[in-house]
This record gives sequence, C-alpha cells and structure tokens, in this order.
Amino acid sequence: MSEPTTPTRARTVPTETGVTPAPEAVPAWRRLLSGSAGRNLGLVVALLLIVVIGAVTAQGSFTSLDNMLVILRQASIIGVIAIGMTFVIIAGGIDLSVGSVMGLASVVATLAAVQDLADSLHWSMMIVIALAVGVGAGLINGIVIAYGNVVAFMATLAMLVGARGLAEILAERRTLVVQDRGFITFMNGDILGVDILIWIFAIVAALGWVLLNRTTFGRRTVAVGGNREAARLAGINVKRHTMLLYALTGLCSGIAAVMILGRTTAGTSTHGTLVELDAIAAVVVGGTLLIGGRGTVTGTVFGVLIFATLSNVFVQNNLSSSVQAVAKGVIIVVAVLLQQRFSRPPGRG
Amino acid sequence: MGAASGEEGSRDGEAACYVRRVIKVDHASSLLDVRGVTKSFGGVRALRGVDLEVRPGEVHCVLGQNGAGKSTLIKTLAGVHRPDGGQISWLGDDVEIDSPQAAIELGIATMYQELDVVDGLSIAENIFLGHEIAKGGFTRRSEAARQTTELLRRLGHARLSPHTEVGSLSAANKQIVSMARALSHDIKLIIMDEPSAVLDTEEVKNLFAVVRELTGAGIAVVYITHRLEEIREIGDRITVLKDGRTTAVGLPAAETPTAELIRLMTGREVANVFPERAPVASDAPVVLDVEGLELDGVFSDVSFSVRAGEVVGLAGLVGSGRSEILETVYGARKATAGRVRVRDKVLPRGSVRAAVGAGIGLSPEERKSQGLVLDEPIFVNISLASLKRFAKGGFLDDRAARKIAREQIDAFELRPADPDRPARTLSGGNQQKILLARWLVHGTDVLLLDEPTRGVDVGARAEIYALIRDLAAAGNAVVVVSSEIEEVLGLADVVLVVADGRILRTLPSHQIDEHGVLDLVMKGSAA
Repeated sequence: MSEPTTPTRARTVPTETGVTPAPEAVPAWRRLLSGSAGRNLGLVVALLLIVVIGAVTAQGSFTSLDNMLVILRQASIIGVIAIGMTFVIIAGGIDLSVGSVMGLASVVATLAAVQDLADSLHWSMMIVIALAVGVGAGLINGIVIAYGNVVAFMATLAMLVGARGLAEILAERRTLVVQDRGFITFMNGDILGVDILIWIFAIVAALGWVLLNRTTFGRRTVAVGGNREAARLAGINVKRHTMLLYALTGLCSGIAAVMILGRTTAGTSTHGTLVELDAIAAVVVGGTLLIGGRGTVTGTVFGVLIFATLSNVFVQNNLSSSVQAVAKGVIIVVAVLLQQRFSRPPGRG
Repeated sequence: MGAASGEEGSRDGEAACYVRRVIKVDHASSLLDVRGVTKSFGGVRALRGVDLEVRPGEVHCVLGQNGAGKSTLIKTLAGVHRPDGGQISWLGDDVEIDSPQAAIELGIATMYQELDVVDGLSIAENIFLGHEIAKGGFTRRSEAARQTTELLRRLGHARLSPHTEVGSLSAANKQIVSMARALSHDIKLIIMDEPSAVLDTEEVKNLFAVVRELTGAGIAVVYITHRLEEIREIGDRITVLKDGRTTAVGLPAAETPTAELIRLMTGREVANVFPERAPVASDAPVVLDVEGLELDGVFSDVSFSVRAGEVVGLAGLVGSGRSEILETVYGARKATAGRVRVRDKVLPRGSVRAAVGAGIGLSPEERKSQGLVLDEPIFVNISLASLKRFAKGGFLDDRAARKIAREQIDAFELRPADPDRPARTLSGGNQQKILLARWLVHGTDVLLLDEPTRGVDVGARAEIYALIRDLAAAGNAVVVVSSEIEEVLGLADVVLVVADGRILRTLPSHQIDEHGVLDLVMKGSAA
C-alpha cells in the first residue's frame, strides 16, 4: 500500500462555528397552533363554546355542580377506554374490540362473584378478574397482530365479534346481577364529593399522561407509530411493544368493565356496545393522528369531555338522541378539518 | 451569515493541520475485517463474496452502482440482515452481528439513506430512542437535553434546540439528528450511506468537517456515495463492489484515476461526460412560457420561457424554491399569481389535469414516493399516464401496454429487460428511465425533471443525460432542477439561478461556471 508523503488535502478540525441554516420562517402563531399546545387550545375553545351554549339554552339546570358531575360521570367510562385507545392509535394501530372485551370482562367477573367464590373471597377479586380478562383478551389481540402479522383492524374486529359471542354464551343471554353490597357501595361512593368513577378516570388519565410523556414505553410508542423501521433499527423490540400496547387497551377495557359493573350493578354481554366508536372519535377529535406517530392524552381527555358535554346539552334541551348523533357526526368532521388546516405546513396548496 | 462562518471554520482547521498516521498493512491492526460474506434473498444473490477491511480512524469509501450490494452489506454490518456465509471479525475476533442491538454494542453505528428518524419525536427523543436516558422506565429529560446539546455542538449545530420536533426540520438537519444518534453510542465505526444525497454544498462542507473530527478521534468511517469528487476530498481508501462481489480492496482514494474506478464499478469504459448540445434553432417556437408566477411565501415573480428543443436548468440550493417552481408549473401546487402558457394555451392554476392535457410531464424529486407505483410491474408504470390509449371500452389491454413497454425497454436499455418486473426491484437509474419512458409514451411537449439523477450511479448517469438530450432533440421543452450545479450547467442551454424564491439571473450556461452560480446564490441570499 503506497503511503502518501504529503497530505494531498488538509484535514481540518471543525470549530463551533459550523454552518447552520436559518430556521424556517414560520409565523409564531402558526407554530403555536400547529404544536400540540395549539391543538389543545382549540379543544379548550370548542369545549367552552359548548358549555356557553349549554348555559344559555338550559340555564340553571346545566350549570349546576350536580350536572357537571353527571357529565364527568358519563365521560368516565368512555374516557378510560379512550386513554388506552390513544396509545394504540399513536402506535399506528387500532383496537375495535374494546367494547366487547369490556362486556366479556363484566360477565366473567359477575359470574365469578355469583358462584361459590362470592362467599369465600373479597369483592376485590372481582376487580382482579375483570382486569385479568381484559389484559388476557388484549394479549391475544397483541400476539395475533404482532407475531401473526395480522392487520390490527381485522384482528380486533375478530375479537369484537368473538368476545361478544363468548360473553353471550357465558351469560346465557341473561343479565347477571352483582350481589356484593361492599363492591356496589364502594363503586358508587365518593371522595371529597366527587364520584369514585370520576376519580378512576382522572387517575387513569394522569397515569396515561405520565406513561406517554415521561417513560421509555411512551417514547417508543410514538416511535413505533411514527416510523416503524426507524424504531426497529434503533434496537426497539417492535413486536413485543405492539403486543404490550394491545394488552394496555385490554387493561383499560377491564377497568371500564369494573366501572360499569359498579354503575349498573349488573354484568351483561351488551355492556360496551359501540363504545369503540365513541372512543376512537374522542381520540381523533383530541388531535391524535389516525395514521399514528402523533397524539396526546390531554387531547383525548378534551375529546371525551366535548362529546359528554354535548350530549348533556342535548338532553337538557330535550332533544332526541338521533339529533345528538347527527351533531356528533358533524363535530367529528369539523374537528378533523380544522386540525388539518392548522397542522398543515405553510406553503402547501 | 452561515456561509461566511463556515469558511472561517475551515481556515482555522487548516492551521491545525492534521498529520497522517503511518498505517501498516496488517490485518491484526484492522478494526473490521469482512471476508467472503454472502447473502441471498429468496433466489436473488445480493452478496456473492464481499471483502472489506477498515482500519481505525480512516474514511473508507465503498463504491458501487445501485444494486451492487452496498445497502445489503451495510445492513449486514448493522445487524439487520444475517449473512449466509463468510466471516466478520471485529478487532481481531470473529463475531456474529445478529441484531441492531449487537452492532451497537460492538461499536458500529449506521446512518441510513432513508432518513431513519421519527417525525413526531423531538431531537433529543430521537437521539436516545432505544437507549433512553431513564431511571426505572421514567425518562430523564433534562439530562437527555443536556447531552443532546453537547452532541449538536460537536456537530456544529449548536443552534438546534433539543426540544424541536424532528418533523419540522429540513432533510439536512434530520441527517444531523441521525448522525448525533450514531454518536450518542460509544462507537468505533460509523457507516454513512450516501449522507450527502440530501445536502447542498455548504452542508456537505459541514458534514466533511464532522467526518474529519471523528477520524481525528480515531473513529473509522465507512462512507458510501455516488459522487466521485467527494471520495477525492474525504476518502482515505476505496473498496469497490460490483454485482455483489468486491472488485477492488483498499485503493488509495486520492490517486486512483476516475476512469479506473468507473471501470471497476461498471466493468466497462464509461465517460462521465455530458452529451453534446445541439444548438437550438433560432426560429424554434416557444413551447412553455411562465410569467410572473408566484406561490405565496415560497417564491415570487418567476418568469421564463423554453423553446422546443431547449433545456432550461434551475440552479440553486435546497430550499431555494426550485422544486416548488416545477410543481407549481405542473399545477400540483396552486399559484397565487402569474400564468403558465403552453404554446398558445393559458393553463388554469392548480390543475394537474390541465397541465398533463396540454402536454406537460413531470418526473418528481422523490421518485419512489411521488413517481412510481413501486410494487407494480414496469409496464404498468410506463403506461400509467396514458391508460386511455391502452383501454378498450374501459377494459385495459395489458398486451398492448406490454408491447409498448418492451419497445421502451429496448430504446432506453432498461435493465432487467422484463416488463413484468416490479419497479421496486430496479436500480435508481432504471427507475428514472421508467419515468422518462412514461412521458415519452404519453407524448409530451414539455418535460419537467426534478433531480433526474438523484441516487443514480455514475454509469447510468451518462445514459440519463443522453436520454434527456434525445427528448429535447425530439422537440420537447425541458426544464431540469438539480442540486448538483455541475449537472445543470452541463445539461442545460440556459440557466436560471434561483435563491430565496427569486430568479437572480438568466443566462446561457456557457457563460457561467459552478463558482459563478454559488457566488450569485450567496450574494442573493445575503441581500
């Protein structure tokens, strides 16, 4: 190998004055609106608008503290499901089975309680069983999707149908009444005047926020949804992560099952029907991209509250649920259109 | 101004001139030694026996045409693919690299050609993705931000904030993030797969400064590129691949003649020259006439005209608005002012349909995402713009489309010469030929070519240049955009120098050279 006697070119050591292109010139307001803070600001405005409409049209009955708690109570169950849904959607997936898994968990938990177990075991076992059923169903989803390479939409659609059927078989199409007074009393109690159900929603939302924003799990969720190949090349076990995400939505379905058991004091295979659509709508209205890679828990909470408040305003004004449904549809489309407007990079036609 | 400070930086560096170490030819001293590595995918043999020997602190260039096996080799070293045969030793020990994690643990980091960053995460989050700075699963964000700032400063980009979302960055800055991520590991070897492909001249300078700093610290760089002049500037030694085999090992980068390198890559003699320009007839009609075109916030007051048989080139840096001008002429973006005329017809703004109807064809910058239906066969891609011609009563006649495709394959020397091969399996040069063939079949009057040779190796480049000339000679008005100023100057009859969304100067290409263009661009941006 020939060794050059004189360097043909000088090697240089870079100083700190490297070339940095000027930051793209984007107006501050646009940057603010296209950031997550901006998207959430829009949601706050939308929610306030609905509250104002409610306050004007229904006056006293809407603005009362009791009614506010009613809204939150109604938001709580969908809210818990939607928090889990936020994670799978950010990761580029979808879980259609959340509602029927919730129904299945409610049936299995009540069955366990009405049978022999009830006498020998504390009611907290019901909670454990419901959560276990949720996580179990979620893991099955996750394994089929991650290791069986089945599209999430199809895998969870199969679970949607299958879990509902299984719940019907187990319940023999009957409504199973929860007998345990301790459980019912606890679930319908309150702390500092706020229902347990609302507390559960608040805690799940807070934990969800921490999980998404402050843990490696959350970071990797965004990476898997934003650029699956990059995540894999960064050494992330994408398959295992995907599986865990569906276990997480399963867990949320389990929690929701416990909540609905407490509220209705009964387990039935029809619990949670169409909840998946409400949850997905709330997540999307909350600014999470359906294609994955971007989304916030805060936005989802607002999405849930917007829908809950809206339906309360309609009820207060004695409007039918059909009118509500039409309004919901309009809101979903408008919300998505607005988001596209604000999150679009400038200069694109 | 950024450009000025960059100049200063390199002058300071020259004062502290780097002294070459004496490197003995001794396999024991090599960092990485790859011997006879093979790898097949299905029936396709991507690597048929590759040797590569890299020493600490050197810049080792890997040259090869598209499809020569460079990407497979890289991915084998990065732990993405496992080799079928052969041996890899690392610091004298035989190793198996069976996962991306294993590669990183050895000290091999890779910057991929497709930008492997996550848009929705911040710079700091991207850099530490997969090895987050965390305690018990909880991320320590301020520590990550601190280390990110340090890495960015080391790369000469101290102005980037660790909290900026990567999706809002330019391609060049995304590359910086990718490099910072590689450096966030304790590495001894960094593989760069065509890092300069998305960079403009200034940014390439900065990249080289970083590469020199790395090698100065004893880190080896495996540098993959199509640009021979970069190898001259930055490389120490060269390994050449052809058809999955190593054809030359450890050539001195500075002394090996270009013709020799091209011969090793292609197996034949190819001159990387631009075809002769035929003078445009003075009475040739103006085919494309653009007047006062404006896209709010991107460019304004763009006027030019192209005659039949003429090639007009837009020269400028990345972000100057050159691609947007083409896209606006094509109607893919809706102009906010001005008009586009093809022959005597004024086109409605923002209508691709009208543009195609008037005979305009566009070969987009992002061939893979904007131009080709990758999983469809060659003949489908070629006939895509002229489906009506191949339809009978609404049903497609694939036989006719295949026949036309076969004619184009012969005319363009498309390889493999099989109309049923999916576009994905073709090299960059051949994919580009598909796009040119598409418009030829459709019959265009105006051809807009955005980066026609990006990702195309030197051998195929000459062919593409010749094709573009042929298309012009056939009466097309051609507009070419390229980041390689040399290419614009060599190909075009008339050059428009673009900076910051304005046309600074319009002049015949023989009246200006690369320095002249850069001078104009720098002055224009400063003004």
